[in-house]
Amino acid sequence: MTSTTHPVPSASPTSSASPTSSTSPARPHPFWQLVRVEARLFARSPAAVVWTALLPIAAIIVLGVVPGTRRPSGSLGGLSPLRVYLPILMMYVLLLSAANLLPAVLSSYRERGILRRLSTTPVPPSRLLGAQGLIYLGVGVAIDIVLLVVAICCGVPVPRQLPGFVLSMLLVAAATLGIGMLITAFARTERIASALGMVVFFPMLFFAGMWIPRPTMPHLLRTISDFSPLGAGVRAVGASLEGHFPAASPLLVLLAYAVGCGAIAARRFRWQ
Amino acid sequence: MTVVEVARLHKAYGARVAVRDISFSVAEGEIFGLLGPNGAGKTTTVECVAGLRRPDGGAVRVLGHDPARDRAAVTASLGVQLQDSDLQPNLRVREALALFASFYPRPADPDELLDVLGLGAQAGVRFGKLSGGQRQRLSIALALIGQPKVAILDELTTGLDPAGRRDTWELISAVRDRGVTVLLVTHFMAEAERLCDRVAVIDAGRVVACDSPSALTTRLDAQQRIRFVPSAPLDDAQLAALPGVESVSRHGDELLVVGDADALSVLTTYLARAGVLAHRLRVEQPSLDDAYLALTSTHAS
Repeated sequence: MTSTTHPVPSASPTSSASPTSSTSPARPHPFWQLVRVEARLFARSPAAVVWTALLPIAAIIVLGVVPGTRRPSGSLGGLSPLRVYLPILMMYVLLLSAANLLPAVLSSYRERGILRRLSTTPVPPSRLLGAQGLIYLGVGVAIDIVLLVVAICCGVPVPRQLPGFVLSMLLVAAATLGIGMLITAFARTERIASALGMVVFFPMLFFAGMWIPRPTMPHLLRTISDFSPLGAGVRAVGASLEGHFPAASPLLVLLAYAVGCGAIAARRFRWQ
Repeated sequence: MTVVEVARLHKAYGARVAVRDISFSVAEGEIFGLLGPNGAGKTTTVECVAGLRRPDGGAVRVLGHDPARDRAAVTASLGVQLQDSDLQPNLRVREALALFASFYPRPADPDELLDVLGLGAQAGVRFGKLSGGQRQRLSIALALIGQPKVAILDELTTGLDPAGRRDTWELISAVRDRGVTVLLVTHFMAEAERLCDRVAVIDAGRVVACDSPSALTTRLDAQQRIRFVPSAPLDDAQLAALPGVESVSRHGDELLVVGDADALSVLTTYLARAGVLAHRLRVEQPSLDDAYLALTSTHAS
């Protein structure tokens, strides 16, 4: 932000002498101030914390502690239930934070006139969107790291294909964020945003393999899963956990969702 | 110095014309009122001044800048309090002010502003727990935190009880005393009469009058109704013959004299000469209410 450089009649001589006053250490940058405040507000919403953080962490600990789920299972293509559910839970966290909580919060901000009020200040409302995106993706990534660490402690091998793993996770984050922004663009109110979030939440988790893990899916379901965002995500992350670089097709599917949803959302988005 | 200049503003939403042709200018240090019935185009006008909407026609200047194009220059020196705008329910009062303070190059001291607005005790309270009046005061505080040269206050006493309204009026006077030019939107006559230096009366998207509240009321063919009980008998015919007096009538002991703006001084001089006292003297003058109704009803058709 270089909002202090324009000539306001009242500008004091000292500030016009130092055109970079907005980056002085005494004044926190508005964007980071927004991030701080919004992060605090996230921490003050107990439901969001329970569903995004506590629940998946509890699930992975249970899966890791019960001995039976750590052993390879023939019905799961030779993988242990812990290993099968690790990427699914990681998808769940990003889906919930970026495609459910984020659209609900942003729609409520638009509904309450918060974005509109912001647009009367020198800080454009797009900064608030940026801060929110950063927080919800940040929360998602941080919890996914916790899930991975817990799983490694319980015997899942360290992902040997780290670049492939990071790339897959980034693409999943981008795809879920695109879906979240698409919901935000189309939902006029917070209630509609929450409802749309639920509508995509369960099918997407289903095709990620939450209830029927991908190795046990019938052929048709698995094909659909390949082309669903989280199915592709589980495929890509699963391959990188095995030590292979993910195949091109799941990465392209994720990229298509991210770019396609993001572009439609950007076109349709309304600030008020 | 002209701070806000609106010239031939026109704005339509589809087929519905919200603002037909509005012009006015606000001088530095004024409290300028936009007065008019609901749907007259007041809010659309201030939204164009705030740069939230682009006019379809005409020009708006705030401190010489176009608010729709020159966002950075206008947002830094214009504080806006909008109708229906909430904050995050879990945001505390002081956090909100500190956040908004970080947006401006030379913000006011948040704690001092809270004290001025009587919110010192609520600094740690979440927005969702504030009363209607407290939310309004916080909203004003957020409009002032950037030390603006101009503040837009839109219908800020709507929904407040009489005491809250009176407190808010004192606050607006205090805001002006800080050197802030105020553009006040209201549909309360009493508010405009009490606070505004000048008022633009808006009806059906046009300015139908623009003057000081007192000039608006005297501009009406001001009739005065003077009631009193004379201490000694008076000759009605002589009273009626006084210059400026239109009619004289009796209601029991009480005399009712109707006349123009000079009738009262003429009458008191006559009574003094006659050595008659006027007991229970009351003078009914047209208020801004009457002026407003006269102005907006003639244009209704």
